[in-house]
Amino acid sequence: MNVITDNLDLFFQGFAKTLGICIICMIGSLILGTLVAACRISPVAPLRGVGSLYVNFVRNCPLTVVLFFIAFGLPEIGINQSYYVFGCTALIIYTAAFVCEALRSGINAIPTGQAEAARAIGLTFGQNLREVVLPQAFRTAIPPVGSVIIAMFKNSAILGAFGVGGDLLGNAILLTSSRGQDPTAVYLGIGFFFLMITIPAGLLLQFLERKAAILR
Amino acid sequence: MRTARIAAVVAAGVLALTACGGGSDSDDGDTGAAAVNSDATFEAGTTMETLQKAGKITIGTKFDQPGFGEENLSGIPEGFDVEIGKILAAGMGISADNIKWVETPSAVRENVIEDGDVDLVAATYTINDERKERISFAGPYYVAGQQIMVRNDDSTITGPDSFKENADLKVCSVAGSTPADNIGEYLANKSQLVTFDLYSKCADALRTKQVDAVTTDNVILLGLVGDSDGAFKMVGDTFTEEPYGIGLKKGDTAFCEYIVDTLKKASEDGSYEKAWTETAGKVEGAQTPTLPTADACA
Repeated sequence: MNVITDNLDLFFQGFAKTLGICIICMIGSLILGTLVAACRISPVAPLRGVGSLYVNFVRNCPLTVVLFFIAFGLPEIGINQSYYVFGCTALIIYTAAFVCEALRSGINAIPTGQAEAARAIGLTFGQNLREVVLPQAFRTAIPPVGSVIIAMFKNSAILGAFGVGGDLLGNAILLTSSRGQDPTAVYLGIGFFFLMITIPAGLLLQFLERKAAILR
Repeated sequence: MRTARIAAVVAAGVLALTACGGGSDSDDGDTGAAAVNSDATFEAGTTMETLQKAGKITIGTKFDQPGFGEENLSGIPEGFDVEIGKILAAGMGISADNIKWVETPSAVRENVIEDGDVDLVAATYTINDERKERISFAGPYYVAGQQIMVRNDDSTITGPDSFKENADLKVCSVAGSTPADNIGEYLANKSQLVTFDLYSKCADALRTKQVDAVTTDNVILLGLVGDSDGAFKMVGDTFTEEPYGIGLKKGDTAFCEYIVDTLKKASEDGSYEKAWTETAGKVEGAQTPTLPTADACA
């Protein structure tokens, strides 16, 4: 087990990089997911169509396919970015579809009377979303959105195989292959550091859930 | 009706998947460069005697390394490492069709040796001290050197030191490989190194200008340059020495001595050279090696 203590610097460095990816992608996918959810419930038919198309297309593609498409497809048509940018973009696009659906489940849980009442007092669609529907929807949707985000943290490991180096998985490959360390110990260590991200996230989620629960 | 069709498709898929298994028995009668030595005698209790008695051997090699160990269409690996394996087996009276080849990617090589899943590993296995803590090496049987490949129209990169001078330049290698570890000290910052699991992806990234160079052992780069229709070229000289050794159980000195002796004989009777010219030596620009002086067995 001393492979972990001997290489703590590599593990911590990987942990920092993975955590960075997780935070960027969490923020990005929450924003994009909310926008898509807004499209899907809007009164404008073309917007609804675009939203549904996006969700159904992305949600039914494996993450690796989305990553391949972006990391190897875009350079073919002359779009060059760092693999870090490509990787995060793919993860955001992929996760946003799931965030959108989790949010929509929250929106659907809001009684129709709420939106009707808001329209009745003369709020526009935008105001209706901002002031009445979304605040309640977010609170209701915390558990499903939280699950999606935790799944995304774990999905972020795959970026290590798409040219993003120095993350937890990339450093695990370095240790097992070129430095001849025992894979069992290394991957147990990697698992532990992933838990260091996902368990606190789960606890935070529970706390938010309790805090934001709508008393009905 | 429809479910029956779907079931058929699924079944076909499962069959196709199970058909590409890991190890494969060699079934071609071609013994390559090695002549089987059927009257060799070994001391009782040695690995050689055990293997000779069993009449078969399990060898770990790469299945995706052109010129050294690459699986052909019938699932049998071919290449310089494979030929070296055949020479070592032949010296114990084991013919090529009694060798079981097992795919050993970089990450598992020490494990399969420790666990006794294979008798030896010949898989572009660079000798280094970290690895020596878990296994022993016999050899080297070949010394490769790390070099750099760039796009043909590139004149900015002249060698590994170019990356320090211009921190915008990116270089690609395979994750967890010795070359990827080595290039680290030539970089201005870590983010200049991009890693993938295969060199073909690195070549693709170089072609689409995602990276500016690819670095690994010269023999592998030669193969990539050869396949690129003049899109890539090599620059600078080799800047490291990568001695490839045969991996075996830690502390099996008798087996190590046997391997060293057998390689020496193979180099004297020309079968070492033949092993090279029929495999990795086919690439244009490849130089026929002479057998390096072996390290002491410990």
